[in-house]
Amino acid sequence: MTALPPAGTSVAPGVPAGRRLSAWLSGRPRVRLAALLAPPAIWLTLVYLAALLALLTTAFFSVDEFTNAVTRTLTLSNVRDVVSDPAYLRASARTVGVAAAVTALCTVIAIPMAFFMAKVAPARSRGLLVALVLTPLWASYLVKVYAWQAMVQPGSGVIAWVLRPLGVDGPGYGLMAVVLTLTYLWLPYMVLPVYAGLERLPDSLVDASADLGAGPWRTFRNVVLPLAYPSIVAGSVFTFSLSLGDYITVQIVGGKAQLLANIVFANYAANLPFAAAIAIIPVLITVAYLAVVRRTGALDNL
Amino acid sequence: MLLSRRGRTILAAAMGLGLAFIYLPLLVVVVNSFNASQVFAWPPRSLTTRWWREVASNTGVREAVLTSVEVGLVATVTAVVLGTLLAFALARYTFFGRQSVSVLVVLPIALPGIVTALALRTAFQTFLGVELSIWTVAVSHATFCMVVVYNNVIARLRRTGTTAEEASADLGADGFTTFRLVTFPLLRGALLAGALLAFGLSFDEIVVTLSTAPPGVTTLPIWIFQNLSRPNQAPVVNVVAAVLVLLSVVPLYLSQRLAADTVTAGRL
Repeated sequence: MTALPPAGTSVAPGVPAGRRLSAWLSGRPRVRLAALLAPPAIWLTLVYLAALLALLTTAFFSVDEFTNAVTRTLTLSNVRDVVSDPAYLRASARTVGVAAAVTALCTVIAIPMAFFMAKVAPARSRGLLVALVLTPLWASYLVKVYAWQAMVQPGSGVIAWVLRPLGVDGPGYGLMAVVLTLTYLWLPYMVLPVYAGLERLPDSLVDASADLGAGPWRTFRNVVLPLAYPSIVAGSVFTFSLSLGDYITVQIVGGKAQLLANIVFANYAANLPFAAAIAIIPVLITVAYLAVVRRTGALDNL
Repeated sequence: MLLSRRGRTILAAAMGLGLAFIYLPLLVVVVNSFNASQVFAWPPRSLTTRWWREVASNTGVREAVLTSVEVGLVATVTAVVLGTLLAFALARYTFFGRQSVSVLVVLPIALPGIVTALALRTAFQTFLGVELSIWTVAVSHATFCMVVVYNNVIARLRRTGTTAEEASADLGADGFTTFRLVTFPLLRGALLAGALLAFGLSFDEIVVTLSTAPPGVTTLPIWIFQNLSRPNQAPVVNVVAAVLVLLSVVPLYLSQRLAADTVTAGRL
């Protein structure tokens, strides 16, 4: 009944079971590892990984035209449909374009904010500024998209109201509204890494550059930007890949615009293999982007 | 750092504009919840507190909040247990495939939301053959919440090292006693921070919920999403939105009371 204690530990009879178990485990690191690792690993494999792989292989299955049921005969037709139809290439380009625009806008807005927080604001108010940038992350995603619906609405929206004296209407629904909303949603994900990166940048480097005669712009371009670059790349991982996967924002403020995630969503009930074939595109783009980023070493700073 | 007065002013202005960009839309949401008209138009012509009173007695909202809390609690507890086990396994042992496991736990959140959502739906419907229910929602949420707990716990484990535990063992405590008296108290802040993040993520999730919930299981985000397109529900949606905006300071306050850095950094 009692397991033999491993060499080196001796447990007297009559000690509590917990202690005996503990002694037994202490000599068996592989058993402890298995006990720790098995529940989460099995969970992730069973609930997620297996299905993910299955989903992606579904792209190579065909669908019964009458019942919409997936039949397991291998075919390349879905992938061929996606690759040969210029509409999907355009949608992919549009999606990457939106993600790139969102990333660029986030970067442009985030750098001066982060620089102010890290270098100009007095040290005691930094925590408050970080909190002010972070708080909206806790406000509901949908509520923020809803807020932007109110902002961009043509005619009665807030932006339209601000621009009315100039005789201009608001942006209305469309790609522009999508870019604005996504920029708003993911901005904190860019500000924070850049702030953390700039905080590590020694003031003396900036001062030295000024002493050597460089103007503010030159110092920024040749000293600050190269040193902040890994943090910007780290932030861009969030802004870029989060933008690639979004379809709710596009549904609410995108008007007629179609991005990849919307096409996946629209097709998955009727034709899962085709939806899977489309879904492979953002997965590949994300993986490629991560691979490129990995080479810059930016991920080590997260 | 030496910076010209003009440079400082420009940067301060940029900061101010950035904060305005962040907060004006939220302010619009809060003001709009008092809009007397049922039809949105900015600026509101007259204000009323009527919709706020109506929401208090709205059963649809109340049930949705309850569903969200139930899902959030189950998902959080599961994620805390699994994420902590995983963090211990990866922080304290080296084994074949360790790198792959650390990627696997991030995947549900790193891949595009729609892909994760469809993968989970496929898992339930094709692989495990279970009917969609409130449990499939909770299981799905736990799957992507695991990573935030894991991140918090593994960071803490790396920082604290194993010396305190070794000292405890030298003093004669067995493994379980050491965990209870030494390891757990060291981890408590990280666990709470991770749990807070996990609950926040679950409470806010819409994409995964939409594809893993059966009709009839309505979390708060689903309720909002369904009612966005119903004009007569607009005033109620406005108030719910305003409440969620105002409530977003609560986790921030809690996180300041916990280890301030862990929560804020962990949200990333």
